Amino acid sequence: MGLDFSVVPSYFGVLLQGMGLTIAITICAGILSFFGGIVFAVAALYAPMIIRLPMRAFAFLFMGTPLLLQLFLIYFGLIQVGIDLPAFVAGVIGLGLHFAVYNSELIQASILAVDKGQYEGARTLGLSRGQTVRRIIIPQAVRAVIPPMGNNMIALLKDSALVSVIGVMELTLAAQQAISRTYRPFEFYLAVAFCYYFINLALEAGLRHVERRIAASR
Amino acid sequence: MTTSFVKIKNAAKSFGNLQVLKDINLTVDRGQIVAIIGPSGSGKSTLLRAINELDPLTSGEVWLEGVQINRHLPPRQYEAHVNQVRQDIGMVFQHFNLFPHLTVRGNITLAPRMLKGLTEAQANALVEEQLTKVGLLEKIDEYPSRLSGGQKQRVAIARALAMKPKVMLFDEATSALDPELVEEVNMVMKQLADEHMTMIIVTHEMDFAASVCDRVLFMDQGVVVEEGPPSVIFQNPVEERTRNFLRKHLARNGG
Repeated sequence: MGLDFSVVPSYFGVLLQGMGLTIAITICAGILSFFGGIVFAVAALYAPMIIRLPMRAFAFLFMGTPLLLQLFLIYFGLIQVGIDLPAFVAGVIGLGLHFAVYNSELIQASILAVDKGQYEGARTLGLSRGQTVRRIIIPQAVRAVIPPMGNNMIALLKDSALVSVIGVMELTLAAQQAISRTYRPFEFYLAVAFCYYFINLALEAGLRHVERRIAASR
Repeated sequence: MTTSFVKIKNAAKSFGNLQVLKDINLTVDRGQIVAIIGPSGSGKSTLLRAINELDPLTSGEVWLEGVQINRHLPPRQYEAHVNQVRQDIGMVFQHFNLFPHLTVRGNITLAPRMLKGLTEAQANALVEEQLTKVGLLEKIDEYPSRLSGGQKQRVAIARALAMKPKVMLFDEATSALDPELVEEVNMVMKQLADEHMTMIIVTHEMDFAASVCDRVLFMDQGVVVEEGPPSVIFQNPVEERTRNFLRKHLARNGG
């Protein structure tokens, strides 16, 4: 049997909606992973032991277990303790925290790599330790980490397909629905692959733009 | 009036077993310019960095205008105290230490705005005043990465001056510069000297030290070997070690 892509256009609206949701999840989880990454990194480096140790355990949990399992835990598991999150929110939290932990590792290394002269320059002006970290160290560390963090964002986009298992009608799940009606898996999965590829191109273009913008300030 | 302005009493400092400063005494009057010279490893930078508590002394005292800088306080109070006194002590580093993520304007206004609560208008007036002084007003909105070494150092000086310090410390401010860029930084320092800014200058540039300083300290192995006016230290040093150092220095620099 041959391929018949003529069925795809009639599901265009469904796929487009799925694509919108995939983009929305990626953006929300991306923002959470960015700021979460900064918070985790600062806590890991500067917080007192009593905060640092549980954070370490938390990070280990998120890096050492499958993302799929984390999504199940957040969506299905938390209901048992009375926290009933909408699927979209659960997906954003799961993806966001998962990648926040990875971003945190990058940012920590980047903070430690900031020249110690920067610290001395700020402290001699009279800035406190906290002011120096906030205004001098973190902004520089974040700039340095944007290229590798971009890779994490691309991974996040691709892994957003996993939230289909908790019923978020994003691109992958939208395709599955179309397939269940048309029995045309190859055509739809291929179409969806193109959609992901297209979002990825846009994401990479955005990242390159940001990198160019900050080039002078590094 | 000859009250001592900066006063260092019995300063000693060790890194582990290594004693880098041994019982150093130094007083600097208001408006005086003191150069510290000596071979590398002599402790001159360490002494300078002890003045603003970047490298706290192991023992001894540092005073600025009747306020003890290196007070022994509980950590929290010490931090607040140090942040306060450092606002009065400008420091210029060998490697500039400008903040690369901020423009020239941002570099100069950050601390005054955060610590002295300047409004935007006040900060803009301040940055223009300071940049005019170092001759770099046209670079106000550039990032440091777009500046030459000499320009970076002049911005660093403007940044320190923007806090209206009582004393300026220069830690080999021209050592990292290409030879042709040294003069523009020296000019700015000379201008500060003419304005009677109190300055303590660690330097390898004997000509510059001779032309602007009131007093020169020669340090070696953690002690002040000899001190006096530049005419004596450079032309007629008493100590054998000083003579040796200057001879070697002259031979190396072909001066």
